[in-house]
Amino acid sequence: MQTSTKPLLSVRNLRTSFFQDEGTTKAVDGASFDVSPGKTLGIVGESGCGKSVTAQSILRIVDRPGRIVGGEILLTREDGSQTDLVKLEASGAEMRSIRGGDIGLVFQEPMTSFSPVHTIGAQLVEAVLLHNEVTPKEARRRGIEALRSVGIPKPERRIDEYSFELSGGLRQRAMIAVALSCDPRLLIADEPTTALDVTTQAQILDLLRKIQQERGMAVMLITHNLGVIAEMADDVVVMYLGRVVEQGSVDDIFHDPKHPYTKALLQSIPSIDSAPRVKLPTISGSIPHPFNRPPGCPFHPRCAAFIPGRCDAAEPALKAVGDGRQVSCFLYE
Amino acid sequence: MLAYIVRRLLLAVMTVWAISVLSFMIIHLPPGDYVTSYIASMSASGSAVSEGEAQALRQQLGLDQPITIQYLKWMGLMLQGNFGMAMEWGRPVSDVIGDRLTLTMVISVAAIIFTWGIALPIGIYSAVYPYSFLDYVFTFIGFIGLAIPGFLLALVVMYVGFAWFGANVGGLFSPDFAEAPWSLEKIWDLTKHLPIPAIVLGVAGTAQLIRIMRSNLLDELRKPYVMTARARGLSEYRVVMRYPVRVALNPFVSTIGYLLPYVVSGSIIVSLVLSLPTVGPLLLKALIAQDMFLAGTIILLLGVMTVIGTFISDLLLMWVDPRIRFGRE
Repeated sequence: MQTSTKPLLSVRNLRTSFFQDEGTTKAVDGASFDVSPGKTLGIVGESGCGKSVTAQSILRIVDRPGRIVGGEILLTREDGSQTDLVKLEASGAEMRSIRGGDIGLVFQEPMTSFSPVHTIGAQLVEAVLLHNEVTPKEARRRGIEALRSVGIPKPERRIDEYSFELSGGLRQRAMIAVALSCDPRLLIADEPTTALDVTTQAQILDLLRKIQQERGMAVMLITHNLGVIAEMADDVVVMYLGRVVEQGSVDDIFHDPKHPYTKALLQSIPSIDSAPRVKLPTISGSIPHPFNRPPGCPFHPRCAAFIPGRCDAAEPALKAVGDGRQVSCFLYE
Repeated sequence: MLAYIVRRLLLAVMTVWAISVLSFMIIHLPPGDYVTSYIASMSASGSAVSEGEAQALRQQLGLDQPITIQYLKWMGLMLQGNFGMAMEWGRPVSDVIGDRLTLTMVISVAAIIFTWGIALPIGIYSAVYPYSFLDYVFTFIGFIGLAIPGFLLALVVMYVGFAWFGANVGGLFSPDFAEAPWSLEKIWDLTKHLPIPAIVLGVAGTAQLIRIMRSNLLDELRKPYVMTARARGLSEYRVVMRYPVRVALNPFVSTIGYLLPYVVSGSIIVSLVLSLPTVGPLLLKALIAQDMFLAGTIILLLGVMTVIGTFISDLLLMWVDPRIRFGRE
């Protein structure tokens, strides 16, 4: 992962917490990873491990009562300089020009990601007008072009339709078109295929891959689906309870997982070669609520390689193990 | 879309007919008729009405005929645009109601403008900054407004206006203009008198509207399309005003229909206290006197207003909400 080129986006020790009456939820608790230009970074983990909040933190659109409490999010600009997004005013002009301009977002809910009372075009053209100095006519032309580029048939007509007139797959394509309309250098796709049926999923993933190759854009793909990761990602970040537990290239992660959590995740996928009528291994227990985070390594209560007196006493740090790989586990210290 | 409009229109006509039957029946429910209450009021003032006179009066007014015939005759008159005679007043109903109806509309519209003008911005603020200090303040004031009966508020406002500002707070016109023909000065005089009744009539509705707007908008603000709008790089003001507020406003369009009759019927006591020359007090008097033509016409008019208002709000809703236009949920 450590290449000579600067990473496009570098997240360092990011911490985002939600301050509620019941207490503070540390949704993201010290996550660090890099997104290389032109590459796809897959972020994988169970529900509630802070994947989506990480994406929202990068765009600085975490809903109240959530707030970034520490860390850095370094975005490399086109001139090579680096901007720390955490230091920018969340609703300030610079952050707004990055949002939708440099970084596009595709959401997991194509049903509700569009306003029900505005046309697709209104929301698409709006984004174009916001980030480019163009006439409304030119913006509309670009909007139609964007819809065409994501494979929506008859874009001239579709642009004036409402989201509920489109099928789920077309809606997600339209969503991608909005995210791509201003040529972002990074596309964050948060569970882009979760709400779609399997055939449509494959189409949307193909589309994302095609667009990425054409534009040389970086993609940060958030999913809980390891199959999607295997198919799409160059590098993988495995998250557990708001932390990165392992990071590496997709081959390393799938063929030589280091962290017990990653191993357990991979074992729980049914394979075509697995013995019939044998129970699929599962990870025992369930992900603890971030309120009562276990002391020490957050994974230790469910871990098969738990070292008593060590794992429940201190938290392992993310350390390099070999070429471009990082893992946070005492087994490798 | 056309089918939708035609269906609504047919339903509207049916509803108006049903209202006419109902209002006619309601007026006939109390025992006795206009002549009974006429005799009662005459004997109260010392003069007696003989049985023969009463019979003649009934015949003259058509009150001796069966109720169905009376209804049909009434409907016949209505269809010709003739609302009959206001018995107590001895003048055609349209004469008696005419001016009052206009003034009622003026006050109602003023009250509605006041309600919306105050409630929507406060509702939006309370939803965007929920549980903030100002949200609590507005909620507190809103509930007080909701809890105080209109007539009491009217009395307090009148007292304060009279004692502290020396204002002539009753009525809609200064004494000089009350009987004067319409002129620019009279309209200006009316405008000066409008705020107090508008505020008194609007306060309860304002509190209600703030709550509705707040909860509608809170729901909408949590929807993903708000986050995607934000992710497009829109400013926070535009994100809120353009998307969730726009969606949260839709339910309000459908309330336009019953706002008018709500203000009219809810304002009877307030109108009496503030001595407003509106339809409300007239209806009360007509009901007491069992003046069926006058009372019937007012009730029917209120019904028709509701139906027309609902029809208009249906059309508006179709215009603002594409989901209805395309017949989807």
